[in-house]
This record gives sequence, structure tokens and C-alpha cells, in this order.
Amino acid sequence: MTPSSGGQGAAPRGQPTPSTAATTDRACEADPATAAPVGRYGFPAVLWRALDNHPPPGLSRIRWRSPLRGPWLTSVLGATLLVVLPIVVMTGLLSYIAYGPRFGQAIPFDVGRLKLPTFDWPTRPSWLYRLNQGVHVGLGLVVIPVVLAKLWSVIPRLFAWPPARSVAQVLERVTLLMLVGGILFEIVTGVLNIQYDYVFGFSFYTAHYFGAWVFIAGFVCHICLKLPKMVRSLRSRSMRSVLHTSLADTVPEPPDADGLVAPNADAPTLSRRGALAVVGGGALLVAVLTAGQTLGGFTRGAALLLPRGRSYGKAPNDFQINRTAIAAGIDPAVTGTGWRLRLLGGSNAVMLDRAALQALPRHTVELPIACVEGWSTTQTWTGVRLADLAAAAGRPNPGSAIVSSLERFGAFNHAILQNNQILNPDSLLALQVNGADLSLDHGYPARLIVPALPGVHNTKWVSSIEFRET
Amino acid sequence: MRALAQLAARLYGERLFHLIVVLAALALGAYTISVLGVRNLFNPNVWWQSIAVWFAVAVIGHDLVLFPIYALADRLLPKTRSIPKDPDQRPSGRIPLTNYLRMPTLAAGLLLVMFLPGIIEQGAPTYQAATGLTQAPYLSRWLLLTAIFYLASALCYAVRTLLRQHDSTKTAQTSTPAQPSDDSQPRLP
Repeated sequence: MTPSSGGQGAAPRGQPTPSTAATTDRACEADPATAAPVGRYGFPAVLWRALDNHPPPGLSRIRWRSPLRGPWLTSVLGATLLVVLPIVVMTGLLSYIAYGPRFGQAIPFDVGRLKLPTFDWPTRPSWLYRLNQGVHVGLGLVVIPVVLAKLWSVIPRLFAWPPARSVAQVLERVTLLMLVGGILFEIVTGVLNIQYDYVFGFSFYTAHYFGAWVFIAGFVCHICLKLPKMVRSLRSRSMRSVLHTSLADTVPEPPDADGLVAPNADAPTLSRRGALAVVGGGALLVAVLTAGQTLGGFTRGAALLLPRGRSYGKAPNDFQINRTAIAAGIDPAVTGTGWRLRLLGGSNAVMLDRAALQALPRHTVELPIACVEGWSTTQTWTGVRLADLAAAAGRPNPGSAIVSSLERFGAFNHAILQNNQILNPDSLLALQVNGADLSLDHGYPARLIVPALPGVHNTKWVSSIEFRET
Repeated sequence: MRALAQLAARLYGERLFHLIVVLAALALGAYTISVLGVRNLFNPNVWWQSIAVWFAVAVIGHDLVLFPIYALADRLLPKTRSIPKDPDQRPSGRIPLTNYLRMPTLAAGLLLVMFLPGIIEQGAPTYQAATGLTQAPYLSRWLLLTAIFYLASALCYAVRTLLRQHDSTKTAQTSTPAQPSDDSQPRLP
């Protein structure tokens, strides 16, 4: 046990820390800019002073032990999040656009003004959605150790007394609830969703989307208010000096106005560079265990704890299944010889059986299918071009198309495609994959495969396509 | 006019910029809830399956739940006394065990928290409907990873201890004053 501990909080305050004698850590000299005056009350001063004078019993007994907490460490973690989180946010908002809000098929449906300007999601490059979601989910997972470290680094602020000295500080604390609640809510719902655990009971899409906007509000506010302090704190010591400071030479940062630096910390058991290595190592560990679900190939197996790190075997149809035929309630009987593809949009409906489809010009393309959950898999698909089917239906340049499935229930039993998604020469109604007929779980007798389309819109068990004017 | 602005800032407690930023954030938050609909924040049938409840728990999830747990666990770790700067005064040969327990525990704990659903097989029906597979492998995979973390840590500890012993015997043999360890060399700022 540490020498100065002597029971929870019993140590006298103001006792010099054991290692303050060490001063090789030169960057530690007090920074006048951070030593701002405290203790001024806003209006009504009587109220804030009274609050200040009545701390809850026991609060003063809390002693923060870590000698590493301080504005510099918090700022390094904050700067990392400042770079990474906007990428996670933007890819998330882009994914909403990729789902096609124009056709009312982005979830949640009504988001008011809370979305990026709507545009037609491109089909090139074909790995666009794969990249977008791989980054969104991958970075979102990798950043978790950094978020936790950041929360750890500022926890003394939660117990600071008084919690506010002015209306300004009360309001700022409310925005911090949005920030902290927002990021953890997004992490928790996202992490549960990619593991198919819907214990939360509400709609994932709705909660994750609106939760994101609450987070964005808190995040932008926090950046505006804290950016100068972050820059100042980062300048208080150089990363190089930290990387050259061993455990024995590690001393606390100089006291700060926010009370992040513990006045009576324990002796360090970890250097500051060691702490950064721990956080970075945690992020690296998560990266190694995540990347395989997006990259696929031999790396897939490294995603040991994720649903999409599993192998299905080596046969042509042995790749990631999303929603089995049984779960979708597909009766194998209706996919047999009686199955017909209905093409609508021309003057008359066109009915094609599978043999007739096989007789149409067929094309083979290698395309990734990428899920909103961040995983993807690239396969070689063979089928009929959607553009050829549009021509066969009698509407060669449709504005949009509704692709419907044999699946009777479920939010994704149909998808609406834009003009560019129909006419891309790689957009197919696939009949085969990797040289073999599609398996029932992969959408036999026919499924959609469109470049850069969110995976779940690549409708399986297609029963009809309606090509529309607009 | 300037005096008035200063007075207002004093009453509020911060600059005008602060007020604008904070109000904008609160307004965006309020607008978000209004678009979602306050009604949709709550689940009238199962109270704990409400967005509002999960958000509230998220607010305190780290600070009042996770932090006390890992802080307590850290207090239980064996810790050495502060390491004297002078290598002569250091207890010879013994390397503190603290971080060699802390690191594998952190890694295993992080993975447990992140991948708990698979490990405890929660949400098995939806998992199977989505993938056609079961969650059976995850517990043993996590246990295996945990074993690897502790084993690797033990190995590092053993290697470092051996190196330290090797160093100290060499120092004793040459009977020169204790070699300065890398910790006491002058550092660049």
C-alpha cells in the first residue's frame, strides 16, 4: 500500500507529494495562464456562496490518488477525441443519407432538420459504403478506451464543490450531461446493436440517431468553450519530454484551477508515457479485434469476439449471412419452379421464370456487400443487369425502382433504388455467387447487388421490381 | 454600454460568447427531443426500456458505476512504496508487480465490457436470426484471450526480473559503484 494513503481520505491535505523533489520533469513549472483565480460568484452571489459553504458530508473525504491527472493529460486525450469523433459523427450522418431519406427509407423517418443536406448516394467507388461504415463502427469501437480514459481524467470535476458558482456554470454542466450521456449512450447502443443484443427494447436506429444529435450539441459546445484551454494545456509540456520521462521522474502537473491535479496524490505507479501507452494499447487491441470484420479475407478470423469474425466454411455460399431464410419466414416451396419475377413499370407487367432470367445476358462482377453494422464481405456475383431488366419492363430510364421480396414482414422486405443505382452497369439481379446458385439464406432464387448500397437494401428473395417514372 | 456588458457578464459569470454557445447547444438538444417527441423518450410498458432511462444511466454509467468498480479493483492491487530516485536505495532486484497485474486485467476487463452480449450469450434469438449461428464460441474465446494476457504479462515479468538479477550480479562482480540505471540518466526537456 502507498505510504500516504492511511485509509480512505484520512491523509491530511496539503502534505507534499512524495516525489515533488524530483524536478527533471522540467516542463512542470507552473503555467501562469492555467492558474486562473477561482472563487468569484455570479448573480445571486448569496445563493452560490451558501451552496459553497454547505458541501454534502463526506465530500471532503474524497482524496484523488492518481498523480497523473492534470490538464495536459486531459488535453492529449481531448485532442485525440477532437480528431476522431467528428469522423465517427460524419460517417454516421452520411450513412443516414445512404439509406435514401428522399424515398422515406432512412430510419428514423422524421428527423426535422437534423440531417445533412440530402443527395443521391453515389455508386462509385463500389466500396464507398463499406469504407463509410467500416470507419464509423471501427473507429467508434477503437475510440472507446480513449473515451473511458478521458472520463477518468476529469472525474474530480464531478465531485468538485461548489458544483457551480454562477448561472453560466450551471448551464455548462447541463451541456456536459449532453456530452457525457450522449457519447456513452451512442457507444452502448452501437456496441449492443452490432452484437444483435436488443436488450434496450427501443428502436436502435431512432435512439442512436437522436442520441447522436444530443451528443453533437454537447460536443460542439464543449469544443467552443474548452479549445483555448486545451491548446494552452498542450503547450504546458512537450510530448517529447513526456515520452522521455521515466516512472522515477514522473511528478504531478502543477496545481490547476479546475482541480484536476490531485493536491495529495499517491506516488506514481505508472509514468505519463506509460499511461498513454495503456490507452493506445487498448485502442490497438480493439482495432486488431475489429478490423477483420471489415477487411475480410485472412484478417476476418482476428475479429474473435465479433459476430462477423466467424467463418461459414469454404463453399461458394459460405460467407456472412444477414437474416436467415427461416428468420425471414421464406417458404422454400415458393422459391421453386413456381417462382416468377414480376417486372412492372411498362404498359404491361412482364413475368419471368428463372430459366428466362438465365437466358438474358449475364454479367459477373466482384462487389462488396457492406452492412450498417460495419462488417462487409466481397464476393463474385453473376446475374442480369438491372438496366436490362428496366429495358425489358419497358422503362429503360426509370427515375427509381421498388424492389420487393418474398419476405412478407420486416422493415427491409423492399428497397427503393435511385436512377444511378439502377443504371450502374455493375448493378445486378444476382442469380449466382462464386459460380454457384445462390443459397436460400443468400436470397435464392434472385437477389439484388448494387455497388455502394447499404447491405440491407440489397434485397433478397426478390419477387418483383417496379420501375418508376420519378 | 461597455460597462453594462461587463456587469451582465459578471452577473452571468462568463463572457457573452459562453452564453451564446451554451444556449445554442441547449436549443439544439431541446429541438432534438422535440423532433423525437417527448412521448418517445419513455416506454409506458417496460419503464427501463426507455430511451430517457438509458440516457440517464449513460450519464452516470462511467462516473458512478464503472469508475468505483475499477478504482476499487486498482486499490486491491499490491503496490510498492514510492521508488527512490537513487538506484542505490532501491530494493535490489524486485520489480513491482502492480502493472503486470494491472495491464492484463485492464485488457480482459475492456473486452469483457465491450463484448459482454456474446460472452454471456445475451440476445441469442436475434443473433441466430441474423447470422444463422450461435454465440457458443465467445465465452471460451474471451477466456483464452484473458489467459494469453496474463501469461504474456507473467512472461514479461519473469524476463525483466531475470535481466535485473543478471544486471545486479554483474555490478557486484565488477565491484564498481552501482551502475546508473537508465532511469537516472539526464533527460532532454
